[in-house]
Amino acid sequence: MIAGPMLALAVFLSAQDTTAGKSVYVKWCAGCHGDGGAGDGAAAAHMLPRPRNFSSGLYKIRTTASGQLPTDADLLRAIDQGLPGSAMPGWKTRLSDAERRNVMAYIKTFSSFFADTSQHVVPLKFSSPPGSGTSDKAIAVGRQFYDSIGCRKCHGDQGRGDGPSAPTLKDDADFPIFAADLHQSWRFRGGGSVEDIYRRLRTGLDGTPMPSFADLIDQKFLTDEELWRLAQYVRSLSPEAQPEVRDVVHAPQITGTVPVSPDDSAWARVARYWFPLVGQVIHKARWFAPAVSGVWVQALHDGTTLALRVSWDDRTESPDTAWLKFEQRILETVAGDDSAGSPKAEPWPDQLAVQFPRHLPQGMERPYFLMGTATDPVYQWRWTSRPRRAVAGLGRGIERFDTLPGAPAGEAVYTHGEWRLVLTRALATSDTANEVQLEAGRAIPMALFAWDGSSGEHGSRTAVSTWYFLALDRPTPPSVFISPVLAMLVTLGLGLVVVRRAQRRGAVPSHRNV
Amino acid sequence: MRKLGAVAATGAVLALALAAWTRQPPLPAQGGAKVTGKIKFVGTKPAMPKIDMTEEPKCKAKYQSVPTEEIVVVNANGTLADVFVYVKSGLPASYQAPAAAGPVTLDQDGCRYHPHVLGIQVGQPLAIKNSDGILHNIKAKAKANRPFNISQPTVMTSSKTFDKPEVMVALECNVHGWMHAWLGVLPHPFFSVSGADGSFTLAGLPPGTYTIEAWHEKYGTQTATVTVAGSEAKTADFSFAAK
Repeated sequence: MIAGPMLALAVFLSAQDTTAGKSVYVKWCAGCHGDGGAGDGAAAAHMLPRPRNFSSGLYKIRTTASGQLPTDADLLRAIDQGLPGSAMPGWKTRLSDAERRNVMAYIKTFSSFFADTSQHVVPLKFSSPPGSGTSDKAIAVGRQFYDSIGCRKCHGDQGRGDGPSAPTLKDDADFPIFAADLHQSWRFRGGGSVEDIYRRLRTGLDGTPMPSFADLIDQKFLTDEELWRLAQYVRSLSPEAQPEVRDVVHAPQITGTVPVSPDDSAWARVARYWFPLVGQVIHKARWFAPAVSGVWVQALHDGTTLALRVSWDDRTESPDTAWLKFEQRILETVAGDDSAGSPKAEPWPDQLAVQFPRHLPQGMERPYFLMGTATDPVYQWRWTSRPRRAVAGLGRGIERFDTLPGAPAGEAVYTHGEWRLVLTRALATSDTANEVQLEAGRAIPMALFAWDGSSGEHGSRTAVSTWYFLALDRPTPPSVFISPVLAMLVTLGLGLVVVRRAQRRGAVPSHRNV
Repeated sequence: MRKLGAVAATGAVLALALAAWTRQPPLPAQGGAKVTGKIKFVGTKPAMPKIDMTEEPKCKAKYQSVPTEEIVVVNANGTLADVFVYVKSGLPASYQAPAAAGPVTLDQDGCRYHPHVLGIQVGQPLAIKNSDGILHNIKAKAKANRPFNISQPTVMTSSKTFDKPEVMVALECNVHGWMHAWLGVLPHPFFSVSGADGSFTLAGLPPGTYTIEAWHEKYGTQTATVTVAGSEAKTADFSFAAK
């Protein structure tokens, strides 16, 4: 009796949803996802990964089995929180609850599968993570399954997305796709928690090469707990939280000389600073798909020399011919601008540039961050993987770099998808006109650039940072170390005196009692 | 207890008999007609890309010489293998397909799919076997059906079914970019794949006029119209030319 009107109401509500949802969609979503939801909006051609094509009803981030439609809650999660590591932002704070619900209902109209009543959209039941997930034992079990189920084939031995199959990967629309760098969990599309990782292992990421591993539990290849251990291992590869971006890199002063080797044990005791990088989209030829999402910087000085250690994840030790076809597909997929046709893949090297002003500024004034200008150049160190060398020079805009005679020393190591580079230079040099003089206690403006040759990055197709600061800390005066020790000794001495006295006093009555 | 069982059994038999008696006589699922033919190939046989299996020594060891991709397989007699031939239309609306006999097996052996092209009925289980014992993922890039992408890191068999007709579903392994297979899903059993002699057979057709389509991975599709009556056997040859 009630079912009839209820159904009518439901139909009415859903109709209302999609009409209201359409206006939200047209205003906020169509620019990337296209008027017809085919993932072909005006901005789409510049993106990698591309915006979702809604017409096939295929979604990466779900709580349903491989190939099944997502639940409404799955779709809302993507709308609310966005997809980290992609161009999709979260809309929770920009759109109202009703707007987000309505646009979700409208998005579903792009695929006939959502109207197909034979589709059973059933969220999987997920267990809770077993405890002590960060213990060595848990991590070791997880690592064992990382190897035995072949994760390394795509994600690489150390999880940086550099496995042997990685350069052949494409998504269902034939666009090139990167195996995720498991050291950057804050960029995982479906979230970086252990729970999120476990869910992706169960459901797979539809439309991508990432399969579901759920069958392996049914077939007793591994247990549910072991799958959790794998998720915990993967989680252990990334920092506990998304790295915080700080303005100032502190370079402590050490006694002795600075380490010149990237794998010197001294670096393990030095704080790391995360520099996020973005595509260079200001000057032609623009680059919208930077391969290096950020670099870690560490700095030390010994009073005469600065050592800067820069480490970053890069799937290839470029040039690498195994990746040439992949590079070509990236260049064909990511539209640049109208300045030139699609560039051809070439065996470019990897590069890293560290940029300073020529002179330490008195105020906040700094040269143009994007490699200076013709009249106000910047001083740069440029390192290339082939030939393996570091040079110094003046950047006079993004197209012009004039090499200077004095170069920093550079030593680099590449292993399992990671570059570790140490650049060293004397704090003071003779060419004071062109080379920045590094002084302790001053805020030294610093910016970074990174190129992955195998992603087609060269010249203006680069990843850039804004200006940050490098601070060479003054040596810590000995009093800083001695005063606490003195204070401790005094406290200890006084304490002993008090205890002695108390014992003496206490000793007298005790004798009396005996 | 025994009595109760006997009563139940008798009841079940009676119910079945009643059901059989009340039901309309079913339409013949199978006829006696047959269409056979050969797939000819005209032109120069294209060279197939070699597969580098260095990363998978287990697979590489299964070959005497360097294996090649199977996009175009021209037989010794000049015919074309791996052409999917099927009844595209012409079956009466009342036609009901017989239940499929058993699963169809797709084997991953030597980092290649066996067979490379295969057909299956709607609802019929596809047994996906990993004989290699190394990681394969099997991704079905279905469009009419829901897709799937599952992992098989060891010797194992997984079963999947397809709800809707679809010609063809692309199957691929992303660990081994060269591994491709093609699956035709049909609501009837009238399909065949040309083999090492380039021939195909569509047997058991009810009388009628049929559109028969021949599909090839690289050379596309061709159709022929064939009318058969009773237990007639007709021939329909197809010819694909090198592009």
